[in-house]
Amino acid sequence: MKLLHKNVDKDGRGTITLMPEEAEDIWHAYNLISIRDNVRGSTIRKVQNESATGSSTSNRVRTILTINVENIDFDTQACMLRLKGRNVEENQYVKMGAYHTLDLEVNRKFTLSKAEWDSVSLERVDMACDPTQNADVAAVVMQEGLAHICLITSSMTLVRAKIDQTIPRKRKGNVQQHEKGLQRFFESVMQGILRHINFDIVKCVLVASPGFVKDQFFEYMFNQAVKTDNKVLLENKGKFLLVHASSGFKHSLREILADPAVVTKMVDTKASGEVRAMEAFYQMLQTEPAKAFYGPKHVMMANEAQAIETLLISDNVFRCQDVMQRKQYVALVDSVRESGGEVKIFSSLHVSGEQLDQLTGIAAILRFPMPELEDENEDEND
Amino acid sequence: MGIRSEVSSPPIVVVPASVKTVAVTKGFDIKGSKDSSKPNSRDLSPRSISPVTESKNIVENLSSDTNASEKKILPEKQEKTTEDITDSEPTPIKVREGALDPKAHYERERGGEKELLHMVVVGHVDAGKSTLMGHLLYALGQVNKRLMHKYEQEMLLDAPGHRDFIPNMICGASRADVALLVVDATRGEFETGFESGGQTREHALLVRSLGVSQLAVAVNKMDNVGWSQDRFSEVVSKLGTFLRQAGFRDGDITFVPCSGLAGQNLALPPTEEALLKWYSGPCLLDVIDNFKTPPRPVSKPFRMSVNDIFKGTGSGFCVSGRVETGILQAGEKVLVQPQGELALVKGITMDEMPTQVTFAGDHPCVTLSGIDMQNVLVGYILSDPANPLAVTSRITARIVVFNIKVPITRGYPVVFHHQSLLEPAVVTKLIAQLNKSTGEVVKNNPRCLVKNSNATVEIETAHPICVELYRDVKELGRFMLRSGGLTIAAGLVTKIH
Repeated sequence: MKLLHKNVDKDGRGTITLMPEEAEDIWHAYNLISIRDNVRGSTIRKVQNESATGSSTSNRVRTILTINVENIDFDTQACMLRLKGRNVEENQYVKMGAYHTLDLEVNRKFTLSKAEWDSVSLERVDMACDPTQNADVAAVVMQEGLAHICLITSSMTLVRAKIDQTIPRKRKGNVQQHEKGLQRFFESVMQGILRHINFDIVKCVLVASPGFVKDQFFEYMFNQAVKTDNKVLLENKGKFLLVHASSGFKHSLREILADPAVVTKMVDTKASGEVRAMEAFYQMLQTEPAKAFYGPKHVMMANEAQAIETLLISDNVFRCQDVMQRKQYVALVDSVRESGGEVKIFSSLHVSGEQLDQLTGIAAILRFPMPELEDENEDEND
Repeated sequence: MGIRSEVSSPPIVVVPASVKTVAVTKGFDIKGSKDSSKPNSRDLSPRSISPVTESKNIVENLSSDTNASEKKILPEKQEKTTEDITDSEPTPIKVREGALDPKAHYERERGGEKELLHMVVVGHVDAGKSTLMGHLLYALGQVNKRLMHKYEQEMLLDAPGHRDFIPNMICGASRADVALLVVDATRGEFETGFESGGQTREHALLVRSLGVSQLAVAVNKMDNVGWSQDRFSEVVSKLGTFLRQAGFRDGDITFVPCSGLAGQNLALPPTEEALLKWYSGPCLLDVIDNFKTPPRPVSKPFRMSVNDIFKGTGSGFCVSGRVETGILQAGEKVLVQPQGELALVKGITMDEMPTQVTFAGDHPCVTLSGIDMQNVLVGYILSDPANPLAVTSRITARIVVFNIKVPITRGYPVVFHHQSLLEPAVVTKLIAQLNKSTGEVVKNNPRCLVKNSNATVEIETAHPICVELYRDVKELGRFMLRSGGLTIAAGLVTKIH
């Protein structure tokens, strides 16, 4: 993301102009824009003109509109953001108060005005504009008959392809069907890799599976590559890394990202940092349950006692519609930082973030045990 | 390998099947026990075979490598047959017009036959499962010299049978009626397999949770410890305590000292002096023979879990799996669930022999038509169109948490194992923690579930699945939860949402 213009007052009111440069930036934009913000961007509008004689013509006009956002829609596959809202600025073609849907895409700048830029949003802008955070990894998690081809960027895990085929089992006197099925499956996975992974960007491809599936696949792929003289694969052989995973489902990514071999290669990406933080939380819950809590009520209470050492919070809670609630969470984040705690904002598109979302979206590891919290019942009725 | 070929006259016949499930034909032929002269026998066309001849056919098919005389040499043992087949809960079942009474049908078709018993062989890596089974099958004449060589090679492939292959084991064990647990008696080896890292514990817990209640424990490699009685007692006492905790009843566990490599105490009573001094119990084969066949719920609505899908010869395609309940006849329609598509049963084969009808407990291959092969996946269930299963993605279940490293919280991602189905799922709610023995609620809405606890939880699967309440159909009401290559819990479905 490129920051083109920034004008934020002391009281937090202001505008920021941004230019998304890659798919991930759209995700950042999704997390920045909340309902009732004003967004200005270029768009195409169908305009109907009525001539003096009464005949009407309609034509499409490119124009710049400012809308007050009422509805936000994020498309993970196309990486597009659709903002629906009313026009708030005079325009030659569009009346004030008329509805319009703005599409935010890569390489199309937009200006965002907020009544209040809080610390979490400003931090998000800084993070999005940080050019060093660019470690693109592709991962293929597979088991016999099932494979997921995923792209992992610093704040997104996108499933690009899911291959699900039934492979007949080996049976007495008929192994061919099993082998044929396996070959067909490997072929599909290989095609998926070629189609969805751009080796110019991706620095590392993790191939993970239980047992020997990964080794068999790796062998098959490079045998095929040699046969068909596939330069792309042959040149990038060094980028492949075989790792163990317990299954071919998407949540096995968690294990892969915690694998020591992967950690050394990926150094410190956001994804593996999140996985580690999550693991630390569960470890604490096992060894010292009075030092690990989840759920807004428990975490808020722990914060009042300045007990939070690490706060795990999903970006999903900041996207909530309720302004008061968001303010509460922002205040929590600020307060934890003030008291010297660490705050990890999880991306809800990563597997660990998905898990945290299910776990009420907020969790904390404490400095000292607070057994009194355990007796408090987390009152939730969902 | 010290394989001696003087062993002959096998009392039972064993067939090796995939995933180390062994089908043991139990009992013996009762000639002309039930006559097929009942009226209203719709499917008994002139082509159909009488029970006696049919059973012979099967025996011949099973023991194709042995000489024909073996059929006559059968143990003098009390046959457990149809009196076992009792139907516990009379649930209202819609019966199709003109359908036969399944129980009567079952008795007529299978009354005079040996009963098929499915046994799963489990144990830690290198405990000697394959050697033992290989030898047993060899001793029974199932495996000839040429095949024996193959087994020797296969054993090498068996070696990595560790945690990555437990999903396969679950598939296998969920089809079994009884289990054989192989443990290594060698000093140190037993301990490795038994400690938390070993598979002995996990396997034993798994088979118990999958509904296997009868267990034989082969204390293997006794030759390595000089057939020491002390060592045997030590293993028995350690393992016995654990198995009792796991929920096996005393009367259902049998310990047998043996050696798979030397072939001692497998199919024949031992000849080893050192062992004879203190051991006078049954040999392994007698123990297997003494297993009781569990009741087959033939009068419940038809359910069959799909374990494999492949192209057969001729039209349509075949699915194989286990018939959990009910009966199925060729020509009937079945509902493929969770999708709910109808398919026609073109034919049924059992052990490569075509048959007209198949009952609960069988492992048939069913040829289907009228449905695309792509639309049937492993883990699907074929059911009676008049009595379909519940299709759901949210269930409430009672779970028993195993020895886990990290606690289960809400939002915990797991792999849901149900019969041969693997499905990603999430524990969405921890409803209550229960007392282990009494089942009383200890704490409502617990924050987390630690190891060895019991609880009621809500689970949501990624795609709709078909399950049954445990109290209705036990086989389809059981499941396993796994995460990160470890089995974390076993559960029973108590409510379908």
